Amino acid sequence: MKLLKNLVGWVDDRFPLMDTWKEHLSEYYAPKNFNFWYFFGSLALLVLVIQIVSGIFLTMSYKPDALLAFASVEFIMRDVQWGWLLRYVHSTGASMFFIVVYLHIFRGMMYGSYRKPRELLWLIGVAIYLALMAEAFMGYLLPWGQMSFWGAQVIVNLFSSVPFVGNELSVLIRGDFVISDATLNRFFALHVIAIPLVLAGLVFVHLIALHAVGSNNPDGIEIKKHKDANGIPLDGIPFHPYYTVKDIVGTVGFLIVFCAVMFFAPDMGGYFIEANNFVPANPMQTPAHIAPVWYFTPYYAILRAVPPMFGSQFPGVVAMGVGAVAILFLPWLDRGAVKSIRYRGPIYKMFLASFVISFIGLGYLGMLPVTPIYTLISQVLSVVYFAFFILMPWYTKIDKCKPEPDRVTFK
Amino acid sequence: MSDNVDRSKRRLLLAATSAAGGVAAAGMATPFVLSFMPSERAKAAGAPVEVDISAIQPGEMKVVEWQGKPVWVVRRTPEMLDLLTKHEEELTDPASSVPQQPDYCNNANRSIKPEIMVAIGICTHLGCSPSYRPEVAPADLGANWGGGWFCPCHGSRFDLAARVYKGSPAPTNLIIPPHQYLSDTTLLIGEDKTTGAA
Repeated sequence: MKLLKNLVGWVDDRFPLMDTWKEHLSEYYAPKNFNFWYFFGSLALLVLVIQIVSGIFLTMSYKPDALLAFASVEFIMRDVQWGWLLRYVHSTGASMFFIVVYLHIFRGMMYGSYRKPRELLWLIGVAIYLALMAEAFMGYLLPWGQMSFWGAQVIVNLFSSVPFVGNELSVLIRGDFVISDATLNRFFALHVIAIPLVLAGLVFVHLIALHAVGSNNPDGIEIKKHKDANGIPLDGIPFHPYYTVKDIVGTVGFLIVFCAVMFFAPDMGGYFIEANNFVPANPMQTPAHIAPVWYFTPYYAILRAVPPMFGSQFPGVVAMGVGAVAILFLPWLDRGAVKSIRYRGPIYKMFLASFVISFIGLGYLGMLPVTPIYTLISQVLSVVYFAFFILMPWYTKIDKCKPEPDRVTFK
Repeated sequence: MSDNVDRSKRRLLLAATSAAGGVAAAGMATPFVLSFMPSERAKAAGAPVEVDISAIQPGEMKVVEWQGKPVWVVRRTPEMLDLLTKHEEELTDPASSVPQQPDYCNNANRSIKPEIMVAIGICTHLGCSPSYRPEVAPADLGANWGGGWFCPCHGSRFDLAARVYKGSPAPTNLIIPPHQYLSDTTLLIGEDKTTGAA
């Protein structure tokens, strides 16, 4: 024990070890009224670690070559010792990542976590979400199945609809005139090193920003308004041990769900791994029905809902892009007198509910084939989706809010 | 010492150094960005391909690969050709005024020989390959369907001259590649008499 103390002392003289521990864990004071919605931040970090570790091991057996890639994934599944487990950890992790992140974002929306002073924290979070989408998209090409190939073909072609430079831009992304070996190889490089580095950096900055401004809470009020004589918030408790222990409970629950999917339904009936991706990529033939993986389908449905204008597909691509980054603007759109849904009036609650319905509805329609009636429903839901953002400055202002409490509610 | 600092000189040097550094960074970025463009090998892979069309039965389609893309060759029946003139008001660009074809295919059938249709099988919307649906009025495509291609990805419809129907997400007709006949039964895709190798 004395030896350990001496060692810590030796390090502390050369690196702020104990200071870091205190600032971010043992003396980081988080509001005492967190509920289960506050699991998803730490769970997202857990999934990032799961993805990095399983990804590193998959890289050791995978071959980023158009001629070898599909067979190397089958090799991992059949011949590598426990390779099937590594792959299913990674594929389940990809979908779980988005489930966790969507719930994490929704938590922020409900409790107004994007409001002042947490705007920058929110922006960094949106950047993480965009990086995550790029990471998932590029990773999905690697198994080189039919869905990998045609999904990438459609998404890269979105860029070719950009006026004037579109064609050159899509060639630049592919490194060829069609999705080919060159595309696979560069997506591999971006998927295994470039974007993970960016993600790790952004997650670090996200945490630093969080610990600087302090966590929001389900009441949406600042605990820093009431401090004791030592400057510690009266409604704050140290993150460690209180919330580390709480998060262990969340982790256990999450891992039970994770393992259930991984062992009993790794393809989740075609939602986590699509059936057509068990067919090798064939540039000569598009499968009869293609759809992106579930986490992209809300935006895909928006894309399909917008008809071509002026002989160009670009308006739909813009709508899709704006739809994906719209949450970026929330800190400046929301004029509500209170932050948390607990004290908001009925109008905001109605708009938030319609937003959730439109997002899930679009996600569902994005998986279905195109028919005129589905297109019409997609158009209606797209309008509802964007109305949540565009009308926000107005409806948050006129909404009748309830008075916020002075201190957090805690039973 | 701090009293006699020439601040304007310091600003000038700072600006000059930043500008020089910026130019160097932009210069250094160029090879990295250009390495993303197609390699010489990828550029050379677009050689023309020869197709034997003698075995294609009337109404049948053959798919060949050119520049990594599917190219369709269809032998249209007289009935199919007849139907082409019947639905022009339903098309976005019935006269093919957008240059999606070589001049020698800018005609009513969008082809050199009326019966042989050649087109690149990549949807002008987002690059899926539409499926060949030559049958007339099938249940899923409706009573007005006179044969053509249907894109499974986003529902674009094309007639048997690869012209897009109104209301499809695809903005233009499909592309007709440069091609020529080497003999009555041999087609060369990717090269024609006017352009040489495309």
